[in-house]
Amino acid sequence: MSAEGLVLEMRGITKEFPGILANDHVDFQLARGEVHALLGENGAGKSTLMNILYGLYKADEGQIIMRGKPVTFASAKDAIEVGIGMVHQHFMLIPVMTVAENIVLGNEPRRDGILLDEAGAEQRVRELSQRYGLVVDPSALVSQITVGQQQRVEILKALYRGAEILILDEPTAVLTPQEATELFGIIESLRTDGKSIIFISHKLNEVLEIADRITVLRRGKKIETVPREGATEELLARAMVGREVLLRVDKTSAKPGEVLLEVEDLHVFDERGIEKVRGVSFSVRAGEIVGIAGVDGNGQTELIDAIAGLRRAQSGIVRVAGRECPHATPRDMLDVGVGHIPEDRQRRGLVLEFTIAENVALHDYAKEPDAKWGWLFPAKLVEAARLLIKQFDVRGGGPLTRAGGLSGGNQQKVVVAREIARDPKVLIAAQPTRGLDVGAIEYLHRRLVEERDEGRAILLISLELDEILSLSDRILVLYEGQIAGEHEGEVSEEEIGLEMLGGRRRAA
Amino acid sequence: MTTDLGEPTPPIPPEQAAVTGTMASRISLRQRSGGVIVPVLTVVVAFLIGGVVVAATGHNPLAAYRDIFNGAGLNWFFHPTTNTANTAPYNLTQTLLQTTSLILTGLAVAFAFRCGLFNIGGQGQYFVGLFVANWIGASWATMAAGPHIVIAILAAAAAGAVWAAIAGFLKATVGAHEVISTIMLNWIAIWIGTYLFGDGGPLQNSQNSALPISNDVTKSAQLPVIWGDQQLQGLHIGFFVAIAALVVFWLILNRTTLGYEVRAVGFNPEAAAYGGISVKKNLIRAMAISGAFAGLAGGLDMLGYLYRIGVSDIPASGVGFLGIAVALLGRNTALGVGLGAFLFGALLYGTTHGLQSGSIDPQLAGNLTYMIQGLIVLFVGADVLILYVWNTRRRLRRKTEPA
Repeated sequence: MSAEGLVLEMRGITKEFPGILANDHVDFQLARGEVHALLGENGAGKSTLMNILYGLYKADEGQIIMRGKPVTFASAKDAIEVGIGMVHQHFMLIPVMTVAENIVLGNEPRRDGILLDEAGAEQRVRELSQRYGLVVDPSALVSQITVGQQQRVEILKALYRGAEILILDEPTAVLTPQEATELFGIIESLRTDGKSIIFISHKLNEVLEIADRITVLRRGKKIETVPREGATEELLARAMVGREVLLRVDKTSAKPGEVLLEVEDLHVFDERGIEKVRGVSFSVRAGEIVGIAGVDGNGQTELIDAIAGLRRAQSGIVRVAGRECPHATPRDMLDVGVGHIPEDRQRRGLVLEFTIAENVALHDYAKEPDAKWGWLFPAKLVEAARLLIKQFDVRGGGPLTRAGGLSGGNQQKVVVAREIARDPKVLIAAQPTRGLDVGAIEYLHRRLVEERDEGRAILLISLELDEILSLSDRILVLYEGQIAGEHEGEVSEEEIGLEMLGGRRRAA
Repeated sequence: MTTDLGEPTPPIPPEQAAVTGTMASRISLRQRSGGVIVPVLTVVVAFLIGGVVVAATGHNPLAAYRDIFNGAGLNWFFHPTTNTANTAPYNLTQTLLQTTSLILTGLAVAFAFRCGLFNIGGQGQYFVGLFVANWIGASWATMAAGPHIVIAILAAAAAGAVWAAIAGFLKATVGAHEVISTIMLNWIAIWIGTYLFGDGGPLQNSQNSALPISNDVTKSAQLPVIWGDQQLQGLHIGFFVAIAALVVFWLILNRTTLGYEVRAVGFNPEAAAYGGISVKKNLIRAMAISGAFAGLAGGLDMLGYLYRIGVSDIPASGVGFLGIAVALLGRNTALGVGLGAFLFGALLYGTTHGLQSGSIDPQLAGNLTYMIQGLIVLFVGADVLILYVWNTRRRLRRKTEPA
């Protein structure tokens, strides 16, 4: 990469937080018109490095050089001024304001000196969005547009402020596969226009699809910077994790036993009274993994909730090991042997303010040996947690560490440990690897297969088609609350993808 | 930490996660680490501002605070003597009397808080405890002292529990916000009292029908005085009941499955429900226990030193509301509530009885307590408020996501 082409160089960036070296002499270069991916596991220091670049943190050591000149940023404002824009994972938009108002906020076009020139703002937003194919209605309220559109608003906001360098922090984490494809198109047009993009991710396939160069961080250190040509998922995974990673799930064919979970003609409504599950029937046998594929919002959440007793089904039957469970509460379903790894571990799977020990006891805190006659024995909780922490290799804390202080992967391990330790007959795993990095995903996949081989019936729900395809022994496709397809054995991604989008019907 | 490269997931110590985590986690970390610092700072700043106000009226704030200190009997610690004929020990017994009630009304607010409920109805629950204790204490004059006291106190606590449980029930069944319903229940309690003890009311003084005052609690139901003269509002054994309540509060929350459920629901109702805990049941139960503490406060006050209540006393009482300040200052912990109650007890008695006419304007004397109380609530409430606003924002943002 020639020196003239460089727009940004970070040299020897070091940042230490109490007890951890988040960035250890990291070098990073960015050329004009380049998409440069920053790859690493959760906690590898990607976000820290970018927060330093965006002026949110101050580096302990190191230099930032923009277009050949050293710069220092006291705040994000300084970074924005020299043309750096950042789209955070969690959007910083004001829901009650319009798209145009959000974009111009802080730098509003004015009318008569003090009034917001709304027409002017919308006009300028429209120009920008046409130029880069960022389709979004400038007069819509942010609270009424989709997440994918909100992300576009964030990108437009950065462009509006004159960003030449755009930092995208795990931009696809909140998007559906379709939205992600659209985002890649937008990135493409930004690159063509000469913008430089830093793309933070821990998803290997994405990075290989979009990036020109890839820099891998591990434990705060830069491991390597490689061009896309010649890079493979295996090589990148190895650099990220620091050891050989098995990207394909290694499993033998299933030996299904008796039917443990049976769902018959289930109808479930959501809180707005919309029928989300419309007559679903299926069964899961002991020793098999049944995967439910589908685009988000096609009734997966309502289906799981109904099986777990967290939502009352309108009609239909759920049987666990042959026993009917009408009007079951969550407690009833726990007691008949249903384990549930919920799709949102932070909102539902864990009480983040509780310690690991208290979280491990979340289902059985009132049973012996955790408690007797309503009296709780914290020492027993700690003892049980210590065992599971060891067994499931939870890192980052002991039994008395708050769950909120753990990394995402370790939080998920706590949830999985708790559910499996109860020895459930049926295990519902809803998006079990969402937001996790390759190392943790590998572990979880292996664990699910092991649990299958233990003779549990596993119902896997995932938005990642790859995950469904590699883990499931049977695949069901959920489309608009109904089973749109069922597959056993070899099936192509395209076929399922088509069913996920209701293709069968449309094609007919 | 940085040497063991090659591990699949880096261990992130909690402090680190909080540093790099969301704003909410940073705030909650600060709130937890500021467990002692923030309340202490709050009190200091509140006193400083109070001092500025005193100075602005042309008086010496140091002299005023010294008078409050002595007025609360805190100088007793320099010259300990048990003889309440002396001023310092007498003042101290009065401060402790206030502390007793404040511990319990503070615990009432704190317990509900731990379940995610804001019980503003401590005052109403205190009143029903007061009324029931008076009714039972003034009846059955022939009963033996022990059972009479126990029955009256238990009834007072039960009355407070029922009163608060109404708000919990409404929240659990129809979603009525407890802040609104407990405030309404406060007024209902006030008017019930006005009716019961007012002219022609069923519990009005049976000797003199012209007085809008209750009957007196009989000797058999009066709590034994442990320090001082019963005729001069000595300190009664209720003080120890309040101290025991602090221990019970801690035990319930940390050593029982009930407390586990309360805390789980308070932190994250969705995770609690997923865990198999009934959120509705806990909302009602937590309010009931909360109300029992406030009702107990009313019962002890009635049997301990008030012995009677007049209609005109009802609007003057603010011990239930002060409990909110005590709980906020005490961070909803047992120890914190105990210390907070002592501070406010001292302040309450010290400002009303300690200030010499020369050291401060008389009109300002009583109001100084309210001012300091208000400042403390403002400061302590401020970061809770920030957290609340932040969480609401996060919830709103979640709603906009289709997931």
